[in-house]
Amino acid sequence: MPTPIDAGSIGIDFAHLAPEIILTLAAIAVVLVDLVVRNKQILAWLSIAGVLASGVAAIALWTSGAGGASYSGVVITDLFGTFFKIVLLGGTLLALLLSPAYVNRRLSRFHGEYYGLLLLSTVGMMLLVSVGELISILLALEIQTFALVALIALLKDARSTESALKFLLLSAVATAVMLYGMAILFGLTGTTFIADMAVAVEARVETGGLANNLALIIAAVLILVGFGFKISSVPFQMWAPPVYEGAPTPIVGYLSVASKAAGFAVLVRLFATAFGQAGLDALDWPLLIGVLAIASMTLGNIVAIVQTNVKRLLAYSTIAQAGYILIGVAAMGNGAAGVYELAVSGILFYLAAYTVSNLAAFGALVALSPPGGGTDSIEELTGGAARSPLAGIVLTVALISLIGLPPTGLFVGKIYLFYGAVQGDLWWLALIGALNSFVSAYYYLRPVRRLWAGGGATQETDARRSPSLRASMALSAAGVIALGIIPPWAISLATEAASAFSP
Amino acid sequence: MNAFDGLITLIVFLPVLGAAVIAAFGRRESRVRLIALAALAADLALAVYAWTVYANSGPIVEQLGAYGSDPWIPGINASYLLTIDGLSMPLVFLTALLGVVAVLASWHVRERVREYHMWLLLLLTGVQGVFVAGDLLLFFLFWEVELVPMYFLIAMWGTGHREYSAMKFVLYTLFGSAFMLVGVLALRFAVGSFDMQVMMLEGQAGMIRPAFLTLEAISALFLIAFAVKLPVWPLHTWLPDAHTDAPTAVSVLLAGVLLKMGGYGLIRINVGMFPGETERWAPLLVALAVISVLYGAAVVFRQTDLKRLVAYSSVSHMGLVLLGIASLGAVSVTGAALQMFAHGTITGLLFLVVGIVYENAHTRHIPDLGGLIARMPVVGAVFILAGLASLGLPLLSGFAAELMVFLGSFAVYPLATALAALGIVLTAGYILWTVERVLLGPLKARWRTIRDASAQDTVAMALLVVPIIAVGVYPALVSDVFRDGVTRLTGGG
Repeated sequence: MPTPIDAGSIGIDFAHLAPEIILTLAAIAVVLVDLVVRNKQILAWLSIAGVLASGVAAIALWTSGAGGASYSGVVITDLFGTFFKIVLLGGTLLALLLSPAYVNRRLSRFHGEYYGLLLLSTVGMMLLVSVGELISILLALEIQTFALVALIALLKDARSTESALKFLLLSAVATAVMLYGMAILFGLTGTTFIADMAVAVEARVETGGLANNLALIIAAVLILVGFGFKISSVPFQMWAPPVYEGAPTPIVGYLSVASKAAGFAVLVRLFATAFGQAGLDALDWPLLIGVLAIASMTLGNIVAIVQTNVKRLLAYSTIAQAGYILIGVAAMGNGAAGVYELAVSGILFYLAAYTVSNLAAFGALVALSPPGGGTDSIEELTGGAARSPLAGIVLTVALISLIGLPPTGLFVGKIYLFYGAVQGDLWWLALIGALNSFVSAYYYLRPVRRLWAGGGATQETDARRSPSLRASMALSAAGVIALGIIPPWAISLATEAASAFSP
Repeated sequence: MNAFDGLITLIVFLPVLGAAVIAAFGRRESRVRLIALAALAADLALAVYAWTVYANSGPIVEQLGAYGSDPWIPGINASYLLTIDGLSMPLVFLTALLGVVAVLASWHVRERVREYHMWLLLLLTGVQGVFVAGDLLLFFLFWEVELVPMYFLIAMWGTGHREYSAMKFVLYTLFGSAFMLVGVLALRFAVGSFDMQVMMLEGQAGMIRPAFLTLEAISALFLIAFAVKLPVWPLHTWLPDAHTDAPTAVSVLLAGVLLKMGGYGLIRINVGMFPGETERWAPLLVALAVISVLYGAAVVFRQTDLKRLVAYSSVSHMGLVLLGIASLGAVSVTGAALQMFAHGTITGLLFLVVGIVYENAHTRHIPDLGGLIARMPVVGAVFILAGLASLGLPLLSGFAAELMVFLGSFAVYPLATALAALGIVLTAGYILWTVERVLLGPLKARWRTIRDASAQDTVAMALLVVPIIAVGVYPALVSDVFRDGVTRLTGGG
């Protein structure tokens, strides 16, 4: 039962934003230090230190249990948001570790910009997962979008520039659509605060004023469609393949996990709080989300089959993965006791497992790409495991996890999500999800097969030369396996975080 | 005599441990083979020990893990629970035995020996896990674990269209398991627990009340998954491809134990948990069983590739397993289980022998072969023995199993039983005739220098000949154990 915000009594509490503040300072430090040092490696380590410090602050926030609204209700500090901050920082850390190998070789003119923008984008995402007010959501969204646009364009070749432009334009369209939905929502409820919105929706449902209200349906659809861009789900998935193909590989890895996690955080928060249980009477949003889930999974998986470029393949894979997670969002709509928390914790666990799996895959791709870039075709991976056994094992583990086969994190994640769906009377959605995993095995196994085949180019890979890249790969693969074999610790954290929303 | 704590866990995970040791120390090929052999021999010894424990004190249950009695996945209360009962015991033994045979049969593998043996060991862990899982989610997990090792083994060390066949194998199984996953979850909510023992007791008492989907539908979801694996016509087409293109040891395991996962699931879950619904599906299952038997038999006659021929005979023999299960009597189901064990040893042996012939002759084309027994007396003798066992010759294990199936099913489905008996005799007779064409007659000039089985091959063959004869002479050795397991499942006794 959401309670209205008492705007007068809530002050400014720096502790609640400590992770963001630390990371912002680190980003500024990176940009300034870039001006004076000659050895640019320091910037990478400075960024890593900033992420670690921010992570310590986030963990302290988690353990202290400090919570509630601050900054006049704009910032909501709860375990849900803090869980996402930790996942985002973990993803950023892994992305930073795998960056030097790539940046030194292909972006050697832009060390300061690269690390500074990466940190700023993370700041935007961390704000996004903890703000509870529509205009602030928009601001946080823009902070991370603009940082990402610059990062995508950083290669400065035709493909990179084109994909940055596509990203910028489509992002603008998506934001406009979402903004329109938000405006309608504001008109209906008279507030931009999510918590107050829930109260207004509930009140008007009780008086019968919102039953089957067309405006509410349109608002929900428009917002959902707008977020489809962030989580790369249908119908705003079309930016993903060109951007994945054109952008620097570590940035793609970062984008694929961080943007998705942040997008889902807001989506869950919005639908859990603003529409919530009361909104269900006015609008069958689980069905709406279920339809998007099916469209995303099916489109992503089927189009992925014909891809010959690994990065494009992973782009369609990420569209399909968004579909699986949407199954969990749809299951949230069921009112039965416990289903709600189960569905939310399923989404959280899945996103954590997805983060390590996808970053493991991209880390291995960075390690396996030939010096000078190459074409990222699947054929290019031939014999990769012989060139770098570590990268071979890591990519294999990552792709097996993405199929959803044991003993990996996404196997448990998928079971967990489908379990919530079945309990929420959405067994047909779980069946379609399971059948989609079956289709996905076809394209995920193809690169694996090439990887372990004989022959192929024999030039040296980056894996040997960059210890941090090796660390990133080993850490993410270990995470994938650990989440698959001993999930209890992560699940209990996810359950705690999900309890922030217990209705 | 009581089992020590962790016995089942050790049986399941000893192969993984072996794989880890190979990863750490397996620099030389010879050492890799020895480590794998040692791990699986120890596994076999543990299986024999478990059998003695079972014989003395009944089913073994084990629930442990790093989290004590806490659930393995807390949010959904899936736990780490392993059980060995009468139905699983002989299959666990069979898996361990075929594991040893597989390593011996892989002695001639020269390519990437280290990876090969690691995948082989991981595969065995997956299969053992399926047979001992006491928690339905754990069962599903092990069911899927086996896929990746199998994919690699066929795609990398196979012959012919190996990548196509490997992918086909994975996709067919995953197609089935998509349905099974929904069935597993639906059953979980109908029963309120993942504990297979609880599910069985409630199923026997007719107390499972699904909140959504009917019990018929849920049992059908499992049927699809197990029918793919068994395999049942028309979902069998992955099997000839996978068998033909897989390396010898993998064919042995595929026929020997992987198909048994399907039969085991049918008995454990469909017969054990949905007795009423399975009875309603039975006419369809019997029809499919007869079609499988006859279709397998008919297609065998067109094969000129030795391996494909044995593969189609498997379809036919597995149809018999389905017939026994669908007849739903204690005798027929026990017969089906015994047929699984017998088929595991007999067809395993057939694939082994065919593999040895191929290894030495470099062809499996039947018309090219002939008169080989003159140069390969040991292989020839074993080939004939396996052919006779497959035919159902008394005093060999196939006979007892088929007899039990026919006795059990004849009372319920006389026509279907008669048709199936005809099909089985035809198939097996054809195999025997093939054996003659390959072994007897004039020795062709090109085979004058062909060598007989190596020492490792001979040991491997002996390991399979022993149970074929032992179970043939004294079937109660295995059938009594199966009967105990089956009577508990079918609610009798």
